[in-house]
Amino acid sequence: MSTRIIQPKIGRRRFLRGTLGGVACAVGLPFLNLFLNANGDAVAATGAPLPRRFGTWFFGCGMNPLRWNPATVGGDWELTPELVPIAHVRDRMNILSGFSVLLNGEANQVHRTGVFGTLCGGAPKKATEVEGPSLDVLISDEIGTKTRFRSLEMAATGSSRHSNSLRDVSSVNPAEPSPLSLYLRVFGSGFADPNAAEFSPDPRLLLRKSALSIVTEDRKRLERQLGQSDRARLDQYFTSLRQLEQQLELQLQKPAPLQACSVPKPPAGGPVDTEIEHVMSNHALMAQTLALALACDQTRVFNMLFSNRASSLRMPGSSDTHHTLTHEEPRDPDLGYQPKATYFVMKSMEAWATFVETLDAIPEGDGTLLDNCLVMAHSETSEANTHSVVGLPLMIAGRAGGRMRTGLHVSGVGDSTSRVGLTMQQLMGLNVGRWGTDQNETDRPVTEILT
Amino acid sequence: MRNVLQLLVLTLLIVLVGCGRGDPTSQGGPVSMKRLTPAQYRNAVEDLFGTTIDVSGRFEPDSRRSGLNAIGTSLVAVTPSGFEQYEAMARNVAAQVTSPAHRDHLLPCKPKSTTARDDVCTESIVRSFGQQLLRRSLGDDEIRVRVRAAGATAEFHADFYTGLELALTSLLVAPDFLFRIEVAEPAPLPDRPDRLQLSDLSLAVRLSYFLWNRGPDETLLATAERGELNSHEGLAREVDRLLASEQLAGGVRAFFEDLFLFDQFTDLGKDVTHYPLYNNRMAADAREQTLRFVVEHLVTQQAGYRELFTSRQLPITRSLGPLYGVPVYSSEGWENMEFPPDHPRAGLLSHASFAMLFSHPGRSSPTLRGVFLREALLCQIIPEAPADVDFSLFAADADSVHKTARDRLEVHANEASCRTCHKLTDPIGLGLEVFDGIGKYRTSENGALIDTRGDLDGRNFADPVELGQAFAESPLIGPCLVQNLYRYAVGREHTNRERSLLRYLEARFAEAGYRLPELMREIALSEGFRTASQPPAKEET
Repeated sequence: MSTRIIQPKIGRRRFLRGTLGGVACAVGLPFLNLFLNANGDAVAATGAPLPRRFGTWFFGCGMNPLRWNPATVGGDWELTPELVPIAHVRDRMNILSGFSVLLNGEANQVHRTGVFGTLCGGAPKKATEVEGPSLDVLISDEIGTKTRFRSLEMAATGSSRHSNSLRDVSSVNPAEPSPLSLYLRVFGSGFADPNAAEFSPDPRLLLRKSALSIVTEDRKRLERQLGQSDRARLDQYFTSLRQLEQQLELQLQKPAPLQACSVPKPPAGGPVDTEIEHVMSNHALMAQTLALALACDQTRVFNMLFSNRASSLRMPGSSDTHHTLTHEEPRDPDLGYQPKATYFVMKSMEAWATFVETLDAIPEGDGTLLDNCLVMAHSETSEANTHSVVGLPLMIAGRAGGRMRTGLHVSGVGDSTSRVGLTMQQLMGLNVGRWGTDQNETDRPVTEILT
Repeated sequence: MRNVLQLLVLTLLIVLVGCGRGDPTSQGGPVSMKRLTPAQYRNAVEDLFGTTIDVSGRFEPDSRRSGLNAIGTSLVAVTPSGFEQYEAMARNVAAQVTSPAHRDHLLPCKPKSTTARDDVCTESIVRSFGQQLLRRSLGDDEIRVRVRAAGATAEFHADFYTGLELALTSLLVAPDFLFRIEVAEPAPLPDRPDRLQLSDLSLAVRLSYFLWNRGPDETLLATAERGELNSHEGLAREVDRLLASEQLAGGVRAFFEDLFLFDQFTDLGKDVTHYPLYNNRMAADAREQTLRFVVEHLVTQQAGYRELFTSRQLPITRSLGPLYGVPVYSSEGWENMEFPPDHPRAGLLSHASFAMLFSHPGRSSPTLRGVFLREALLCQIIPEAPADVDFSLFAADADSVHKTARDRLEVHANEASCRTCHKLTDPIGLGLEVFDGIGKYRTSENGALIDTRGDLDGRNFADPVELGQAFAESPLIGPCLVQNLYRYAVGREHTNRERSLLRYLEARFAEAGYRLPELMREIALSEGFRTASQPPAKEET
């Protein structure tokens, strides 16, 4: 990789379109007027490194493979019916089809195996429990410890239980259940505007720190009383406590100015439930708040849940949910698919496009916020009707600070989704060469999408 | 007759092993660290500071294991987001307690000067509040570190109460407040080195959370610290005192909230087009109605558990009137109603709470209802549907052809891969189909009459009232409650070694006319409740 070539004006879109032919374009081509340092990290014109972020975006109940999967691989794949809603942002992401969770002799636990297989690198073994950590937690351990929040979890469906992010079975990170709760968590008390002229730390911060350090003094005594698994849970308690100490520490210092950061107004409080239009609007509001939370460097890891596993999305006045429709709606003989259930697939794709656009709308450095993100959209099934975990729908958006090519369709031809998880970790700078368990273990990243 | 025989055998067994207390020798399972539930957290704050202190904040969701959140409390940790919330709540409570509005009546002492440190006053507050919150006496070093930090802060801010706020916050975020940490120690049995028993304090805490869903009061703590819970007499005296207390209602309520999955009300929503009557107030009142009903029967009236399924009494509020189709005279609060003998409703199974909780947003679900009743009340496990069901069977399953749920579910009964489970769940669920997705009575669906006839394990019923009777008389109903209450009490699955204890408790429960407080007493005095085993050598992840 060559370094520090300043390229005069190249239209951003034109440039991207030019790279879509599937021709490798990593040779010395600068992109978006960003610099690359020796690690390949994007650097703003000022020289200050821009943070790289990782996120997941989840939608429940998958898609119809025959209508979703593109027919050809590479850059000029032909738009398929269920990818129409993302047409205008296709150059911002890669479509990954044909990657599967390999069951390794375990039962396919409906609406669980697909998602946790993808996130944790192996088919869950027990019917009720999942072995973590999920991908986002692995990555937040590496890049999430220096920001105010280690990660942010959000559910547009209004339940804090709707979360797939977990360190292990004992700690599932609860989701912010509404746009307002997300807003208050990030921009409520404790937020310091990095661009404010004045900075005066809250004098109570020291008091809060000292309350936490008193508690820490008890750790040894408590540990002595505990068995192995309880000790691990106590460790998690202290990990969480340290995260808050870190937050308080940060709040004592004047934050460095961030050009991309602006402080939003509180979101209007509409209804929060699983009705599709409410979910669409709450999701859009959450995406906006999240985008600014990222731009203001409050977190570098996030998990956005558009709909839950076994999607509870519903139309007003309908007695069915997306999930029940996938099982009970007859397949239309002329169309060849379930029209009512598929409506929710289209809505999910529409929401995903909104999400990508929202991150892309915030200028950062010489590109956009999205350029410095890596977002993996995924679901727990391909075809929900049969709970299939073969050929799961995956979409990877952003450029990971210049490390990922976009606009491509890659087929996994039946390989494990662990290949994608491994690629995500490597793109985020984790030093890992092999990931996953049993059949899902792999050392082969998806090289097609790497610059 | 079988019960008598069983009892004879058990008695013989007991005489043989020389236990002498009536119950079989059943060593309990491993102890654990249990995270307080939201209700337990609120109770702790209320016990110490009364109801004027507001606990606002969001708790991490509980985690249900083997049907009970009580078992999940032994598995959950605290996530970063959860800890943020705990800390915010702690500061909020501490700020209220030390505020000018509350400090004089809530704090046991006043400082010599409000603008300076007063270590003597701080120490007495930390000592007494700490004992209540941490459910034990604090060590000198634990007190000292808080007094010192509070003093320094008071000097820095020239405000005694700011320092005190710090000390209180540190107690409210402490892991041994947020978790109840059970400790087991070797039992005084030289020939049985593997045998552990709960420490006196751990036993006191387990006891009070089981019976009251709150921490031990001063009397119980003092009894424990004097070592008196070690004797059968001392333990029995405290158990009887706790059972006689008004707080028992809270303990019973907490158990049934857990067993009935009532935490799921938080996420409950209904489609207003289908259910224009429905609103959040109605849902909250339906939930409260069932809990009041249960407590009234089992605690106030000391009636048998089985009668819950046949009773025609029901507390009601005005918001529930339209749902039940009855006039409610009081504009505020609860009044008691009794259904006439020919009324289609009787007993728990006809409550609106169950009907709305085990339904979809826009329609009822005989399957969800059946799964709940089988799993929670009869302790039968219903496997999940196979992943690769051939759903093409449902292709012709349009509402126009299949007007009622029975018609729609018929398909399952004819398909081998579905039948095994659906024949367990659907017949009883279909027996409740006259209650729609929010529990309103109806006789038809899409213009077709609803047929509620079915059978519960071979016993025929015609309607929900007869289904309730079938439940009341099911041989599984008592043993299942025993199993659930025991697992709830100890906060874990029962071990193989505890099976004989469960059999014994079942017999005692039947003898006592299925009165719940009697069963609680038996459990609290049982050996399984107060003893423990070593943790498994290699722990499961």
